[in-house]
Amino acid sequence: MSTTTLPPTEKTQPVSAPDATTSDRAKSERKLGWLLAGPALAVMLLVTAYPIAQAVYDSLFDFRLTDPDNRSFTGLSNYGVILSDWLWWRSLLVTGFITLVTVAVELVLGFALAMVMAKALSTIRPVLRAAILIPYAVITVVSAFAWQFAFDIQTGFVNSWFGWVPGIGEDTDWFGGTWTSLLVICLAEIWKTTPFISLLLLAGLAQVPEVLQEAAKVDGASWWQRMRKVTLPNMKAAIMVALLFRTLDAFRVFDSIFIMTGGANATESVSFLAYRQTISRLEIGLGSAVSVLLFLAVVFIAMSFIKGFKVDLSQSRGEG
Amino acid sequence: MPDVSKVGSDRGQTGRAGPFHSRRVRRALSGAAAAGLLSSVLAACGSDEGGVPTLTWYTNPDSGGQAEIAARCTDDAGGQYRIETAVLPREAGAQREQLIRRLAANDSSIDIMSLDPIFIPEFAEAEFLAPIPEDVAGRVTEDVVDSAIEGSTWDDELVAVPFWANTQLLWYRESVAEAAGLDMSEPVTWDEIVEAAQAQNVQVGVQGIRAEALTVWFNALIESAGGSIIEENSTDPSEIELGLTSEAGIRAAEVMRMIATSGTAGPALSTANEDSTATAFESPEGGFNVNYPFIYPRALAAAEAGTMDASVPEDYGWAIYPRVDADTPAAPPYGGINLGVGAFSEHPDLAYAATECITSTENQAYYFVTNGNPASDTTVYEDPEVLEQFPMAPTIRESLELAAPRPQTPYYSEVTGGIQRVYHPPSSVEPSETPEAATELINAVLRKEQLL
Repeated sequence: MSTTTLPPTEKTQPVSAPDATTSDRAKSERKLGWLLAGPALAVMLLVTAYPIAQAVYDSLFDFRLTDPDNRSFTGLSNYGVILSDWLWWRSLLVTGFITLVTVAVELVLGFALAMVMAKALSTIRPVLRAAILIPYAVITVVSAFAWQFAFDIQTGFVNSWFGWVPGIGEDTDWFGGTWTSLLVICLAEIWKTTPFISLLLLAGLAQVPEVLQEAAKVDGASWWQRMRKVTLPNMKAAIMVALLFRTLDAFRVFDSIFIMTGGANATESVSFLAYRQTISRLEIGLGSAVSVLLFLAVVFIAMSFIKGFKVDLSQSRGEG
Repeated sequence: MPDVSKVGSDRGQTGRAGPFHSRRVRRALSGAAAAGLLSSVLAACGSDEGGVPTLTWYTNPDSGGQAEIAARCTDDAGGQYRIETAVLPREAGAQREQLIRRLAANDSSIDIMSLDPIFIPEFAEAEFLAPIPEDVAGRVTEDVVDSAIEGSTWDDELVAVPFWANTQLLWYRESVAEAAGLDMSEPVTWDEIVEAAQAQNVQVGVQGIRAEALTVWFNALIESAGGSIIEENSTDPSEIELGLTSEAGIRAAEVMRMIATSGTAGPALSTANEDSTATAFESPEGGFNVNYPFIYPRALAAAEAGTMDASVPEDYGWAIYPRVDADTPAAPPYGGINLGVGAFSEHPDLAYAATECITSTENQAYYFVTNGNPASDTTVYEDPEVLEQFPMAPTIRESLELAAPRPQTPYYSEVTGGIQRVYHPPSSVEPSETPEAATELINAVLRKEQLL
């Protein structure tokens, strides 16, 4: 059985790419487009492009906030310091590990939750959706504290509830080691952001045409065959968009680490490193350089998703 | 081709017909909103009610004592000034971050600040503190313990007003010490208490968390061994000389390792802070705990509330901080809060007048009794009410006289951050390697050649 999708609808020429024979109407449409998008573009430039440019500029200086008089231009030396420091590479590895683990688990769990929401009886569907969304509504710092208290050796209940699991006892110090700390951090992240991914996947599920499902049923396809050959291929765009958004989000992990370990036991993420240089050490130059590198990493992830996996962002919006 | 007429209503919110379709109405409304916002911002900036200047005092979180003192001093000022308090974050590091960012932007709303002494050199060096008038400096250092004056001094000049002074004591269970045959009326060493704890199967509470508390503990060890984290101080970060690899520095690392690997430091030493060690000390495993005096009122309150047996606080004993070597007096941790006046304050004279009121003997005694924060003014320790509430007050005073401050440098964050990174977890400390590694790291960080 081959993959079943509906034939792509004919795409219209985007208004932003007029050819030589642009009509007056197309011109005025283009003008209207700029008028409508212009204010949003201006705001975006002001709140994102300007700070990014400022950070790039600051990263070229040796600049301590408490000593502005001795600010000096040092070129790319801040980047040299960072890239030759093992701490940077270790933080990058830790961040990559957290991203990979949380996004993979969230995708599977999120898909299951999306299926539950999609198939649930319409009478309980609103309640179910609200219930699934609650963790996402909780502030990250609050959720981090809740998970920390749960696993705390003195106040936590996990050690006494799960004392029967081999390796867990009254004296298990979850925040005393790298892997156990990372486990709790990942659990907290997964609990909190799975609803987000499941909501995006639910939107994707709703886009799978019912006619294809019925046709496959008539052909005698099993549930598993329909899932693999009909449902998944038809919601590829939604899955990719969900993955992209969550990967970008997960790569900037900060709150849970800040609350639970404070970066101890080699659990620092790249964002945490930027925080420590900029806010704690007040080394604006060095910290800006870390932020710029973090920004480049995020851009790299986004580009590789869009180019590598051919994610078409317009599809998730129901265009095209 | 998409239909132009549908673009607005289909794709965006901008063209949707709302209640304010008239452009004029919308413009008028947004103008009014902007004006309202502006006027409220302006009002917040200079709210000198009825001509009485308002001083803003940024306080660290406490049990309401500083707010009450602010109200009392406002009454005493007889219309000269009003003090309003604004509460800072709980962590000392976060308090510094907030204050420094605002001061770097020349914030004139910061009149008085409750400052952790470790950050005072940084504030002074950056010229964020208004100079203290000489007559005020003379009055606010009268009868004040030396460690608090030292903690308020930078470059041989008083730059902050000593307010309250904290120190750690060695808390012990009298029953445990008795069973172990320890004579607690004489100074004890770390070796002796660890041995006693091993024999009695109880814990020795120390703060091994990767936080400031670890530096507090380490500094007390190295100072007690006769050394210092910084041996040669300088305002040029590349000229600071560290004393971690000195004999005293290695001795401090040895003691830290000995305690961490003795099996008496509890199962969660690498995350143990002041609160968690106080909790462990309250439990049946509690034997010894180096901690601030707050643990005593905390235990009394728990006993009063019925969450703890009344016999537990009755079993609490206190002594001067343990010695590293039997023949050298201990150098206990020094902490507390001193008051700084913001360099950009519009009323520095009034602010200094207010600090004199805040740190008066009566107010320090009030603060000690109600909030449990020990005074820097030595005469407070003779107050009968203080002695009744805090029977260990004379020991606190003695400890304050012995106490050694943490390194005073404008680069304190780098120094403490480096120590926390290398000496954590305490069980991993190797006296032959750790001091060397920490020195290398901190020097590289100070030269801006490494991340922290």
